[in-house]
Amino acid sequence: MEILDLSNSRDDEFISQVEEESGQRVRLCYQCGNCTAGCPYTFAFDIPVSRMMRLLQAGQKDQILSSHSVWLCATCESCTTRCPNGIDVARIVDVLRHMARREGYATERGVKVFWDSFLESVAKHGRVYEMGLLTSYIAKTGKVWTDAELGPRILPKGKLHLTPSRIQGREAVARIFQRYKEASK
Amino acid sequence: MSPAYAYYPGCSGLGTSMEYEQSTRAICEALDVNLVDIPDWSCCGSTPAHTVDHTLSCALAARNLGLVEKMGLDTVITPCPSCLTNLKTAVHRMGDEEFMRRVNSLLDEPVGNTVRVKSVLQALIEDVGPEKLAERVVRPLSGLRVAPYYGCIMNRPPEVMEFDDHENPVAMDRLMEAIGAEVAPFPLKVECCGASFGVARKDVVARLSGKLLDLAEANQAMAMVTACPLCQMNLDLRQGQINAATKSQHEMPVFYYTQLIGLALGLDESSLGLNKLCVNPGLALREAERKTAEAAS
Amino acid sequence: MRIGVFVCHCGSNIAGNVDVGSVAEQALSLPDVAFASDTMYACAEQGQEGIIEAIRDHGLDGVVVASCTPRMHEPTFRRTVERAGLNRYMFEMANIREHVSWIGKDKEANTRKALDLVSMAVSKLRYDRPLTPKSFEVNKRVMVVGGGVAGIQAALDCANGGLEVVLVEKQSTIGGKMAKLDKTFPTVDCSSCILGPKMVDVSQHPNITLYASSEIDELSGYVGNYTATIRRKATYVDWEACTGCGLCMEKCPSKKSADYFNEGVGTTTAINIPFPQAIPKKASIDPDFCIRFTKGKCGVCAKVCPTEAIRYEQEDELVTEEVGAVIAATGFDLFDTSKYAQYGGGRYPDVITSLQYERLLSASGPTGGHVKRPSDGKEPETVVFVQCVGSRDKSVDRPYCSGFCCMYTAKQAILTKDHLPGSQSYVFYMDIRAPGKLYDEFTRRAMEEYDTRYIRGRVAMIYPKGDKYVVRGADTLAGTQVEIEADLVVLAAGAESAKGSPRMAEKLRISYDKYGFFMESHPKLRPVETNTAGVFLAGACQGPKDIPSSVSQGSAAASKVLEMFSKDMLESDPQVAAVDIKRCIGCGKCVQTCPFGAIEETDFRGQPKAGVIETVCQGCGLCTATCPQGAIQLQHFTDNQILAEVNALCRQPLVTSFE
Repeated sequence: MEILDLSNSRDDEFISQVEEESGQRVRLCYQCGNCTAGCPYTFAFDIPVSRMMRLLQAGQKDQILSSHSVWLCATCESCTTRCPNGIDVARIVDVLRHMARREGYATERGVKVFWDSFLESVAKHGRVYEMGLLTSYIAKTGKVWTDAELGPRILPKGKLHLTPSRIQGREAVARIFQRYKEASK
Repeated sequence: MSPAYAYYPGCSGLGTSMEYEQSTRAICEALDVNLVDIPDWSCCGSTPAHTVDHTLSCALAARNLGLVEKMGLDTVITPCPSCLTNLKTAVHRMGDEEFMRRVNSLLDEPVGNTVRVKSVLQALIEDVGPEKLAERVVRPLSGLRVAPYYGCIMNRPPEVMEFDDHENPVAMDRLMEAIGAEVAPFPLKVECCGASFGVARKDVVARLSGKLLDLAEANQAMAMVTACPLCQMNLDLRQGQINAATKSQHEMPVFYYTQLIGLALGLDESSLGLNKLCVNPGLALREAERKTAEAAS
Repeated sequence: MRIGVFVCHCGSNIAGNVDVGSVAEQALSLPDVAFASDTMYACAEQGQEGIIEAIRDHGLDGVVVASCTPRMHEPTFRRTVERAGLNRYMFEMANIREHVSWIGKDKEANTRKALDLVSMAVSKLRYDRPLTPKSFEVNKRVMVVGGGVAGIQAALDCANGGLEVVLVEKQSTIGGKMAKLDKTFPTVDCSSCILGPKMVDVSQHPNITLYASSEIDELSGYVGNYTATIRRKATYVDWEACTGCGLCMEKCPSKKSADYFNEGVGTTTAINIPFPQAIPKKASIDPDFCIRFTKGKCGVCAKVCPTEAIRYEQEDELVTEEVGAVIAATGFDLFDTSKYAQYGGGRYPDVITSLQYERLLSASGPTGGHVKRPSDGKEPETVVFVQCVGSRDKSVDRPYCSGFCCMYTAKQAILTKDHLPGSQSYVFYMDIRAPGKLYDEFTRRAMEEYDTRYIRGRVAMIYPKGDKYVVRGADTLAGTQVEIEADLVVLAAGAESAKGSPRMAEKLRISYDKYGFFMESHPKLRPVETNTAGVFLAGACQGPKDIPSSVSQGSAAASKVLEMFSKDMLESDPQVAAVDIKRCIGCGKCVQTCPFGAIEETDFRGQPKAGVIETVCQGCGLCTATCPQGAIQLQHFTDNQILAEVNALCRQPLVTSFE
């Protein structure tokens, strides 16, 4: 197991950045474990939520940002809702995910690609085009058989359209993304 | 007639949850809930947007709030919990002036934070209510035992969502009782189904949604009832995948609550999109009818 | 006037960042200051002797000590100057520790501020006049409010010390929470076996008058001379006649009445004696459930009562008692666990509170001491205890530790194994708090000898699955989520202030904290006194406490009362309001505004005037601020004195004094 050098490996700037971007105070956490206890995703996490909070208190940036957990949180809000100290834990995880993106981590590539494809679809059409989203995901991941078995179940229902619903305001939506990109440069 | 609500259907209503969209419109019309479409609405950003950036996420939602402002309406309602959460969170966080300024800097035209956001479910409870709904029922679903499943974000976090109990929501239970259905206990009402991980991490959805189907079956539900397109898709469309992954044999129909209300109101079945469900609900509905008849004789 | 100024070093507490020598030197140039010096510890014997010596040598007639907070040492120095022959009110204190050295690091600025404070004190002292306290007689009777173990101990100690005691209990029996417990930690001795005899002592003590089913309506008066109005609530039974035979309970047809004593585990009859060892052992009728009251019919109890004690027409009765002191021992209540919807919010029959579990364990409880699940009467095999339910949880506004739950949970786990040797207990805990004598050994025994499995982590949710309950928690030491299928779940409910405690505090004119617990006068040095003279605290009304602490406090409060009553006369504080008859126009505004009812309208040669009842006045000063004529002045804090202080401060250029 990795030994933490608490004198030298604590990244204080990381802690304050998380605090600023999330509006939460990480030192309020007293490690009761309620978030881990309630989190439906603990089974899939490599670092359970409460331990993520602990590592955050210890300023262990790399360990946190390179975890799978930050990508597998679904923001179901059970941690936030039940935290006895009123910490918006889900928001902290969201912020960690933002940072992981910025620092180039993507330990769950499929998840990231799916979300990216979703937003590309929104940027392009103004609304999500589900068929296009799936095609784009498959093209980027090369997982050609993704949900292929669902085809026969869903296609006859006429729910998946083969053309996107384009809105007039799609350029207005595209401009939102454009401005966001410029602002975050 | 209810006050006029701006209506935000959400993207999936045009595709994978079109039956939710159809049945929502049908019962709102039947129950005099006054929906006014938002012209040219755009995507709220859903989960992917807030995993990238909170300002971007709120800006995508806020564009729609701006459209509602222009309509001169004070409240927008949406059937989809994911849209609900994004719209509500945008209003909530724009309470902070600095944040609002940043959101507005991404938009063509600035918006405020005065629009109220509610779910269609909340509007039905507040404007119609179980008692009035019960009076309008022509075809009580008395033989149908259902497990109402609310999903994780319909009521959480409570400071933002401000509706129903966040651990034990009962709004759908009350409506199901009003249309005569029997409500099975379903203690995992607010447990997450696996959300949008279906495409990238099927295993996660199989485990979480599998647990929900197991519990519904263990509690002798004949069907599950949902209020969320994503929950419904995971439980219904992916039920085969779940069965394969968890070595189970569920044949559990998963309705939108609006479909069942529509049935009880005697609306034309074609307007409720029952044929769009993957797990055929026919068996359960016929069994319910048989039980009702049996009880009557 | 000749004033002496003494500037204290307080070791390095003050001298560390105030130039005390310079403050003393500069003080010499203040008006009327005839002597000034710095001293290492003014409060020490040597320091006090120095002050006395200076008073004699320099013929001083007023003293300023610049040191710490007056809360602690003002009485000390008043006695010092008195020993040197001065009136004790010819003394002022400047707080240059809490207000200067402890809060600022800049020595130069600190020194300037210290001098400002000294200069204010000197200016006030120049207007000080000798004041003399008045003495008044003490009524040596004491009222104890609350008959739990703390109140019982206080009442017995006072009564054994020769005082007449009035004990008021709102329930129909004394015994409080302790009477509901099965066993007590860390000795596992039977609660009723050790409490029972004390309860009997109360009932048989010639010095104790017990009012059960009674509450305090009003308390008026002042230390040594209080008048309490006690409401004896209607029990619909004549307790003079009732022999406690219990025949009425046997025959009462309303058997589904709420059983408060058993915490709602099971039901009782509408007419009932809460438990066999009740003191007084008298029946009372619960009108919410009595058929006679709800439907107008029945009357069985009246028919069967051999002493004809039933009185359906009985009404509340008010009695007054004159006492010289009051001990508040009103106890605590349990946190309402239904606020945790994630634990079922009271919807699951086999998720119960710790006090309900005590009743299941108790041989005199509704199951006769058999541990059975409320839902189906089955013996549980797996019992899960969840700690900190309503403790250390800001989200439910209970950030404090209730203190005793760790211990009673360990006890309940041990008892579970004793009752059901085949059972397995689990305890979810955050931290184990066991600092008392033999306490940690006790929790270790629960683990080592009784095989209780302790899991470090909170529980997120409990939900039914078949006829079991899934308890989903975290094991933070193992670093993951855990699930246990339990037959019975016991929630260790935290302690909170007794219902209605803020209203009780207002009646007793004492302060309470934001959670409703009564405030002691000093958290360390005056733990059983309040800021209202003659009102004392005992037990959990002051904050969560276990039995040994409650008993200790009961005895401590009793000894404080006995100390006070060891004198026949008490002195009143002369720092009270005084009316200048010539200026008073008799408008009555002060009478209306006084929160203590200490001002009355008097007649002075046919004209209405305000008159202060000096023993009742608490010296708050509200009247002086209200009086449109400036006719009412607080002794030792007159307008002139306060203005003198303000002038002392403002006379100097602001730039230098506030920099």
